[in-house]
This record gives sequence, structure tokens and C-alpha cells, in this order.
Amino acid sequence: MHDNEHASHHHEESFIRKYIFSLDHKMIGKQFLIYGLIMFFVGGGLALLFRWQLAYPEKPLPVIGASPQYLEEGEVVTGVDKMWERIYESEKEEWLEVNMPNGVIEPAFYNMLFTMHATIMVFFVVVPILVGAFGNFLIPLMIGTRDMAFPVLNMLSFWLAVVAAIVMAIGFFVPGGHAAAGWTGYAPLSSDPQWTGVDWGQNLWAISLLIQGFSSLVGSINYITTIINMRAPGMTFFRMPLVIWSLFIVAILLLLAFPVLSSALALLIFDRLAGTTFFTATAEGGGDPLLWQHLFWFFGHPEVYILILPGMGIASELIPVFSRKPVFGYRSMVYAMIAIAFLGWIVWGHHMFQSGMRPALGSAFMTTTMLIAVPSAIKTFNWLGTMFRGSIRFTTPMLHAIAFVSMFVIGGLSGIYMANTPVDIFIHDTYYIVAHIHYVVFGGSLFAIFGGIVFWFPKMYGRYMNDTLSKIHFWLTFAAFNCTFFPMHILGVGGHMRRISNPMQYEFLQTFEGMNIFITMSAFTLGFAQLILVFNFFWSIYRGKVAEKNPWHVNTLEWEAPTPVPHGNFGQIPTVYRGPYEYSVPGEEADWIPQAQPEHVPATSGD
Amino acid sequence: MLQWLPENVSTFGQGVDNLFTLIYWITVVVFIAVMATLITFLIKYRHREGHRAEYIEGSTTLEIVWTAATTLIVFGLAMLSLPQWNKIKSPTDFPENPDVVVQVSGKQFNWDMTYPGPDNELGTDDDLELENELHVPVDAVVHIRLTAEDVIHSFFVPQLRLKQDALPNRFIDVWFKAIKAGRYEIPCAELCGFGHSGMLGYLNVHTQADYDAWVKERWPQ
Repeated sequence: MHDNEHASHHHEESFIRKYIFSLDHKMIGKQFLIYGLIMFFVGGGLALLFRWQLAYPEKPLPVIGASPQYLEEGEVVTGVDKMWERIYESEKEEWLEVNMPNGVIEPAFYNMLFTMHATIMVFFVVVPILVGAFGNFLIPLMIGTRDMAFPVLNMLSFWLAVVAAIVMAIGFFVPGGHAAAGWTGYAPLSSDPQWTGVDWGQNLWAISLLIQGFSSLVGSINYITTIINMRAPGMTFFRMPLVIWSLFIVAILLLLAFPVLSSALALLIFDRLAGTTFFTATAEGGGDPLLWQHLFWFFGHPEVYILILPGMGIASELIPVFSRKPVFGYRSMVYAMIAIAFLGWIVWGHHMFQSGMRPALGSAFMTTTMLIAVPSAIKTFNWLGTMFRGSIRFTTPMLHAIAFVSMFVIGGLSGIYMANTPVDIFIHDTYYIVAHIHYVVFGGSLFAIFGGIVFWFPKMYGRYMNDTLSKIHFWLTFAAFNCTFFPMHILGVGGHMRRISNPMQYEFLQTFEGMNIFITMSAFTLGFAQLILVFNFFWSIYRGKVAEKNPWHVNTLEWEAPTPVPHGNFGQIPTVYRGPYEYSVPGEEADWIPQAQPEHVPATSGD
Repeated sequence: MLQWLPENVSTFGQGVDNLFTLIYWITVVVFIAVMATLITFLIKYRHREGHRAEYIEGSTTLEIVWTAATTLIVFGLAMLSLPQWNKIKSPTDFPENPDVVVQVSGKQFNWDMTYPGPDNELGTDDDLELENELHVPVDAVVHIRLTAEDVIHSFFVPQLRLKQDALPNRFIDVWFKAIKAGRYEIPCAELCGFGHSGMLGYLNVHTQADYDAWVKERWPQ
């Protein structure tokens, strides 16, 4: 399948082959990482725009908003006023004039902002980084092989994702604006342009996600094939690091789940462009709006686990390394992930408790949903068990891993409220849901991503990230994250609906004005804290301290490869002699034994 | 946190709030226990020179204990919740012979309320249509026939602890019995287009006398 001879003969590659249309899994991983980081700023920027509107409804944005004098008396005071004057005088309809006249966010534009924030964060940030970047970089290195099974497919996977991002970006500038029916795109709002006024924006949204679906599909086939067939000698399934297990399970979920979304998107496109009525109940018969919800969430719930499982995998790598202890209950960690993946298929109805689905089905879905607490609890307790009687080093990656566990506990516990059908009647479609998803996907997945970046950066780029900056980034993010998202639980308990652009229109939400302002301030802090990460990331690629081969004293195979990792990864494919977490083994002098270190008779006895 | 809940004014709302409170305390206790353990471990087992981690691979007993304990708690919660859920949402469990029946239809961006009038039948001459204003008597069983004209909306009355999506071409029955007179907001809770924010109706719960007067005014025989 793979030509080892070819790999070991190092030959110079052209710039294009090496950096752009690369076939090397490590370069493709880095490409996905930078792609994800760029999109992270797009998605985050959109969030800051709508956070402004929520805190200061109908008030002009800072920087691009017109001055009060201009708004009240039409008196041009600032340079920005002059810009608006020019825009209003111009013949054609300017983009800014349509979406945010005077710098005030229009309700339709607001809907577009949160729709695209979620779409970009889910499909273009978290999945590309967790699965695309870490999956690509880590799988061949950690299972001990030279590259992915299908390098050309791997390259295709990345470039399809780029095409999807371009198509998605075009949507912002078409007449009628971008998709504005929520990232969940509920029909009939999404399936008929007359309800939103959004025309090609929604079509491009669907087409872009279809392309992104192909990218994921191609990637997941590659991951599954590679993990099944190309493990190094001695690397049995139960000697695989947990992050590889998580990526393996996620690849299977992606392979099975994404086609469901693709089918739903295809039907949506037919409804919009060919006049079919799959998702509209018409007098002549036809479809049903709930069909969309069933299809979307049948994909969507496994998708949520796609977003969190690799985060769990990364945490499961970092915690044993920095506790210098074996992972507590390795096998039960694997079984818990398999259980989460399996249960993920039979809980989608909990998104639809209030949708008009039969109430008896609601009861069934409540039971399956609550069962997810079991494997989640197993994982949490095992992480704690891993730290028990350890020798914990508070490195930046470990701080992120600890944050991951704590935030995942909050996100998991808040899930119980929504799983409970009677309580969900009240908190469904409120900020409680927004709080929960952000504790899981930001508090969970993103902290794992940050920890993983700092941890594997020395292997990726051969240098360390600046530790002071990393620590500042961690503490600022941790504080600002909690200040941003924890109060959203309280908003939810107060009944604050999600997806409304102006809470001050409601009498019962008047009391939350101050809290909304506080959340917005925290969100801006959170956003600015990420600039530190990006600066540190790019600065360290060129200026960071040069790293040695295995700076954290880790057992797994990726640290056996030379730094920087050459094309083909290993001089000679390593042989694996033991599990990945043999730390502080009694009778051994060092507190770690690499997976590839041959068995040996203990040199001295009686120590 | 629970003090932020809006005042409850429905008969079944207390049941929802009780479950809310129960889950709140379960999660608070679990959260504090987990965090206390975590912080203790972080302090107690922090790296110190000359101190080595203990080689522990796991414990089958502990795995069984926490698997079983979690399973029991969540099943217990599910069992406690079923009757509440059926009481609120399952049409077969609704109180029979409602005092008032109203059809509520969501459309971009209003709630249309249709009263069947004295003949108790919709689609007849004595129907009364009101925009965004729903009038009901206190302590009376109200049945609502919920539907939508264009896209999905969601009928939400925070003080009643009631929320139900309204779907085009489908009629979904919901019920409530308000226990306190007053004027409550009915926001739309499901994204329904650019006017979603501000789609707002009002539920007017009258005393029986006021309600009778309102009926008399609307349908003078």
C-alpha cells in the first residue's frame, strides 16, 4: 500500500508540493490548523458584532457607527459620519447601508450574524482543528506509520474544505444577504426564500456544507483505513493512545452522520430551487417541516459528539503525562467513548421535545439522553483518578486540560436540565441552551484545542511557544470565558429567549440589561485574549525557543520521531512493546518508558 | 440561581419548578464534590522534588460503583419526570371539558387568537379574531389549538412554564390553568424571520367577573 523505500529517500520538494498541494499528513494537519484559526477569528468577530447589539440594542457600533450628532441632527462630525454620508449619497445600495445603517445592526442582519457565527464555529473551526489538524498530524505519528493510507485523498480533503470556505464567504456578499435561519436551518424558514428574503445566501450555505461534507467523508475514510491497517508492529488496538481512539470513533461517526446532513441539504436545495416541497406541508400534500428537524438532528447530535470526543482524547493524553501516572481505567475510557458514540445515535429527539413530536417519544428520548450522563461521569471520574496520587506538573497544556475537565463537568451537568422533558419545556430555546453548548464546545473542545496546540507545538514546528504568553492567554481566556457564558445560565432561568436581537422589547427581560452588558464586555475580553494566542503562535513558529525531541518526556510514538519530523516520519518504523501510559512504573529509574523501548531486564534490583 | 425564575402562575408550573429545584441541588452537590476532589488532588499531589507518582492502573470496583450510581440517579430522575411531562403535554392526560377553547395561530410576526364564540365552533359567524391579545378567566381550564400560517413559531408563556412549537398545517393541543390574574407576555421562542425579536402577544388572565364582562361585551346576545 505504501512505499517505505520512497519515503526514506529524502528528496527536495518544490514549494508548491511542500506548502500548498502537500501530500504530507503533517503539512496537511498544519494547513487545517491555520485554516481553523483564521475561521476562528471570522466566527468570533461575528459573535462580537451581535453581542454589541444585545448589550446596546439599536445603538451604533463602536468605530464604524455614526456619531450621536449625525444621528440626531444630520450634522457631520467625525470621519465616520462622512463615510455614511457618502454611502447614502451613492446611487447603488451599499452593503453597509443594507445591513447596518449608521452602524446599527438591522434585525435581519442580526439573524445572519448568529447563523453564520455558529455555522463557522461548528463546521469551519472546531471540526477542522480537532479532526483535520490533530487527526492528520497525530494519527500516523502516534500509531507509527509514515503517512496516511491515501495521501492524495488527504490533500483533496483539505482543498475541498477551502472551496467550502470560499463558497461560504461569497454568501456574505450576495443580494439578500447570507443564510439567516439559524445554523440549524429549520424549514420552512430556510426552505422558502419568501419567509426570510434570503435568496442565494441560503443556497450557498447549503452548497458549502455539502462540499464540507465531502471533505469530512474523504478524511474519515482515510483515518479509519489508516488506523485499522497501518499500525506499527506491536501497536494493538488496546495499546493505542486514547486520542487515537477518540479520532477513530469520531471518523466512524463522521462517515455515518454527514451523509444524513448531505441528504437533507440536497432536499433543501430542491425545495428552494426546483419547487419541491419536502419540508413544507402544503394543501396538496407533500412534506413536513419536522422531517428537516429529524434529519438535521439525526446528523446533529452525533456531530456534537464529534466536537467533544477528540477534546476528551486530548485531555486523556495531557493528564497522564503531566500527572506522571497511567491513565486511570484505560479500557473503561475506551468503552465510555464507544458508549457515547453509540448513544449519540438515539438521542436526537431531545432537540425536539417542544417541536410537536409525539409526547411519548419525548419520554423515550429523555431516558436515552439521561443515560449519556453515565459514560460522561465515567470519563470525569477516571480523569480525577488519573491525578490521584500523581505528581502533577502545572504546565500550560495541563492547565488547559484541567480547565477542560472542569468546564466539561459544568457543561455535562447543565445537560441534565435540558434532558429532563418538563424542565426543558421552560428552558428550551432560551439562553440556558446557549450556555450549555458553549460550556461543552468552547469550555470543552476549545480548551482541549489550546492545550493540544501548546503541547504538540514543539513537535509540529520544532520550537516552543512562549510560555509567559501562553499562560497569560490561558488565565485571561479562562476568566473571560466563565464571565461570558456562566451568566447565560441565569438568563436562561429568567426565560431569556435565544436568537432575539433586542431583549429590551420584552417586559420580563428588562432586569437582564446589566447582565447582557456584562456578558458583552466579557466577550470582547475573550475575543482580545485570542489575539495573544495567535500572536504567540505565529511568533513562536519563527522565534520560539528551539525544542528538543521529547521535551515533556512522553511515552507515545510521535515523540520518537526526530524534530522537525521529516517526510516519512521515522527512520525505521518503531516496534511497540507496551501501552501508552507507562509512567512511574515501580522498579524503573525513569518515571516514563516509551512505547517503543524494548523490553529489558531491570538493570539493578533492590532499589 | 432559581430566584431568577419568573413567578409561576399555572397549576402544573409548580411541578416543573420542583423538578428544576431537585436537579439544581443534585447538580450543585455533584459539582462541588467533583471540584473539591479536583482541587484537593491538585494541591495534595502537586509535583514535589523527590516525590514520585504512584503507579495505579485503575480500579474495577470503583468503575462499577460510579457507573451504577450514575445510572440509578438518572433513571430515578427520568421516572420522576414522566408523570409531569405527560400531565403537561400528553393530550390523553388533559383535563376534560375545558372552560375556554381558543385557536392560536402564529404568523410572521403576530399571534392570531380565534375564539369560537357561543356556538363553540370555529369557522362560524360568531368567531372572534384578536391580534396578540388572549383573554382567559383565572382558575379555568383553557385548551389552545396551536397552529401556524407560514413558518414554525413557538408559543411561550414563561409564567405558565409552557412552551410549544406551532407548526404550519398542523394543530397541536396544549392546555393550562392559570391561578393568578394578570397580564403576561407571550413571546415567540422559535426563530421565525427578521421580525422574530419583538413578536409578542399578551395573555390576559381575568377574574371570573371581569372575564364574564369581557365575554358580554364581545358577544352581546
